Amino acid sequence: METERQFCTFLLGDQFLGIEVLKVQEVIRTQAMTRVPLAPRAVRGLINLRGQIITAIDLRERLGLPALADGREPMNVVVRTDEGAVSLLVDEIGDVLETDLASYEDPPETLSPAARQLIRGVYKLPDRLLLVLNTDKALGLEPTASR
Amino acid sequence: MSDMDEIVKEFLVESTEGLDQLDRNLVALEQKPGDKELLAGIFRSIHTIKGTSGFLAFSRLESVTHVGESLLSDLRDGKKVLTPAITSALLQLVDAVRSMLAAIEATGQDGQEDFAPLVELLTRLQTGEAGEAGGAGGAGKAGKAGGPGKVKKGRSGSTAVVSLEDQASAAPAASAPPAASAPPAAEPLAAPVGASAASDSNIRVDVALLDKLMNLVGELVLARNQILQHTATQDDSGFTATSQRLNLITTELQEGVMKTRMQPIGNVWAKFPRIVRDLALACGKQVRIEMEGRETELDKTIIEAIKDPLTHIVRNSVDHGMEFPAERAARSKPAEGRLLLRAYHEGGQVNIEISDDGAGVNAERVKAKAIQKGLITAEQAARMADRELVNLIFAPGFSTAEQVSNISGRGVGMDVVKTNIERIGGTVDVHSLAGQGTTLKIKIPLTLAIIPALVVTTSGDRFAIPQASLLELVRLEGEDARKGIEMVYSAPVCRLRGRLLPLVSLSHTLRLQEDFWGPRGRTDRAVNIVVLQADEHTFGLVVDEINDTEEIVVKPLGKQLKGINAFAGATIMGDGRVALILDVLGLAQRAGVVSEARGHAQAERATVRAHAAEERQMLLLFRLGADRRMAIPLSMVARLEEFKQGSVERAGQHQVVQYRGRLLPLLRLNQLLGEPAGTHEPETLQVVVYAHAGQDVGLVVENIVDIVEECLTVHRRQRQGAVYGTAVIQEKVTDMLDVPALIESADVLLFAGAAEPAGAGV
Repeated sequence: METERQFCTFLLGDQFLGIEVLKVQEVIRTQAMTRVPLAPRAVRGLINLRGQIITAIDLRERLGLPALADGREPMNVVVRTDEGAVSLLVDEIGDVLETDLASYEDPPETLSPAARQLIRGVYKLPDRLLLVLNTDKALGLEPTASR
Repeated sequence: MSDMDEIVKEFLVESTEGLDQLDRNLVALEQKPGDKELLAGIFRSIHTIKGTSGFLAFSRLESVTHVGESLLSDLRDGKKVLTPAITSALLQLVDAVRSMLAAIEATGQDGQEDFAPLVELLTRLQTGEAGEAGGAGGAGKAGKAGGPGKVKKGRSGSTAVVSLEDQASAAPAASAPPAASAPPAAEPLAAPVGASAASDSNIRVDVALLDKLMNLVGELVLARNQILQHTATQDDSGFTATSQRLNLITTELQEGVMKTRMQPIGNVWAKFPRIVRDLALACGKQVRIEMEGRETELDKTIIEAIKDPLTHIVRNSVDHGMEFPAERAARSKPAEGRLLLRAYHEGGQVNIEISDDGAGVNAERVKAKAIQKGLITAEQAARMADRELVNLIFAPGFSTAEQVSNISGRGVGMDVVKTNIERIGGTVDVHSLAGQGTTLKIKIPLTLAIIPALVVTTSGDRFAIPQASLLELVRLEGEDARKGIEMVYSAPVCRLRGRLLPLVSLSHTLRLQEDFWGPRGRTDRAVNIVVLQADEHTFGLVVDEINDTEEIVVKPLGKQLKGINAFAGATIMGDGRVALILDVLGLAQRAGVVSEARGHAQAERATVRAHAAEERQMLLLFRLGADRRMAIPLSMVARLEEFKQGSVERAGQHQVVQYRGRLLPLLRLNQLLGEPAGTHEPETLQVVVYAHAGQDVGLVVENIVDIVEECLTVHRRQRQGAVYGTAVIQEKVTDMLDVPALIESADVLLFAGAAEPAGAGV
């Protein structure tokens, strides 16, 4: 059952997604990125966040969306985890929204299995749908093959 | 509720610290059974744990500590004399408490483990022997105390008085030392009884907070560097002076924060007296452990990293180094062996020495074993000095890793010790004098948080290479660049002072380019080679550019990247960008310089190294032909069986029998090893069922002779097929059979693997 009410929202293509606001440490502009050879595809690289080295994860790749068009730079949504902060790359940042529990629904059965893992549920907002991201799943990449 | 959690947490932290102290004190007490202060300290520790666990309703913990407390109380009151049996029981109690504390930490409950036998043992020790000791009376006690060798004459004749005192009030009051107490055992463990006084000036700090401070200081250092660069272009003298001041303060702050991460090496050593005592007791040896320089400080991460290697070395010393008391007596050495741990700072490094006065490493035996294992040739061995030979114990593959088993015991890899120490930029060296003892000398850096590194660029990315593994830099230009790199089939090499140096392209290894040469192919452009040492192997890493050496702050990678063994971490460069730190060993494995299998084998060995190494092996002896005796390790033998000649069937080229619903391939050893077949086949076949890679294979032998436990000295000789050497067992010459090699040569596994799934149906 959903209990969170406040969501930090962002856009990914035409999808409107949200993360519980308490999990978000900060939102920052595109940073100089150091790519990591041999890493899983979704790992875009490492950024320096005030002396902390943070892994940046391409959320488009995680959700099976095509890469962002050339010339457009993603934003970093830095989320807290038990093992330090991790950045999620998104297209555009939206507002912090308060949602009503009554408008919550589980994701539809027809959702693709890959997306079903990552989308916890849906809030029916007056003008659009807000998909709630399961951050733990989004960050929990399959362990990298070591060879 | 969270208040309760806090209390439990505090209880766990304090008790765990108390337990380490308990281990130490109990062992120290065994040396000095008369030391009332030690005894009182031990009593207090257990009493506190008991009290708090009662308060927190950990009833199992309370009941176990309660019996221990009663026993200790009798000891303290002189109703009982400390015997090795009591010490062992008390140490078991400490273990039990430790495991319950672990359970509390993990689950919040004090565990399901059954400690009834321990409780019973403690109770028996208390009640049973109390009567006995009480009956003997005060006068007889001093004589009794001399009992089993170790216990020295403890108390003066004041036993009766002490036992009359009120138990509860006796605890700290016992500080006045008994007049005629035992002479101090030669430099006992300098038990820090007065340590509690120091605790007022200390506070407990969360390690995570220190790490955070360290990170911030690292960041401050970077900012400082940038400001200093900026200052160089400015004329403002006030600004220059201020930035100089910032510079100094930052440096001091950095040093200060680094110091907070330092811990005395004594923290690691603290558990050694217990380990040594238990192991010595188990081996029937007498070993005294002494420590010098326990206050020598090291970075926390290094302390963690050397814990296991040091433990392994200490165990090895007791297990292999020390002789049995009788042997020592025969060599006119004191029956009690001496194990000395020393630590001291020297030239920005920490030296740790572990010396024993045991038998020393037998260079001849090392030589024989190294040759037998094919690590060196006989000619090489002949040229080597004793010291070099002794250092061969660190060679990979020196230990007998294939016989992993509790029964057989095995040489646990000293190479793992060496690898682990080298991983943190340290070195290890062994000196040994036959008959007089062995000294292992370890040198390690003070800290890992900031290390010197070489920065290189390849395919447009920067990488840092820890200087610890750097040997030299080579640059091939012009003509040399074109001709200097030669190919051995598909492997590029170059000649470095007359030797072939395998070359690895960093870009290629990291899959940043398709092949060794890159998109431009072979050209005249200069080739930069970083010559690196990984394990025992030297290789050249080809990079586009060599930039500079720098002190870098090492930071860990997130969990999403932990699986990539090519990187040891990341760091932030002067311009604020992130660069990856290469893990030279991982890179070498990835590039095939060091075989990955060996890497795995090391990891495996590392996990089982807790089992002490032992040369003694259980062997199965059998006869072949008329008089040929052979042996194989018993650990690999699944079972001994007899089969009727008639039950042998043929499957393809192989002889098989149906065995437990499967086909068991049979190997006729006499045929395979060129023994003349007997005049007639016996009616019943003697078969040794050998477990090989998850598959059983039956070895047909003439008959089984015996199972023996032997200290093996294998005399190597020219390898003949699957016979790798000869040993004298039960005063008879016995061939040592390498069964895996035999099975491989007989090609029986291919068959067996295919047969397995079909075994049920066809």
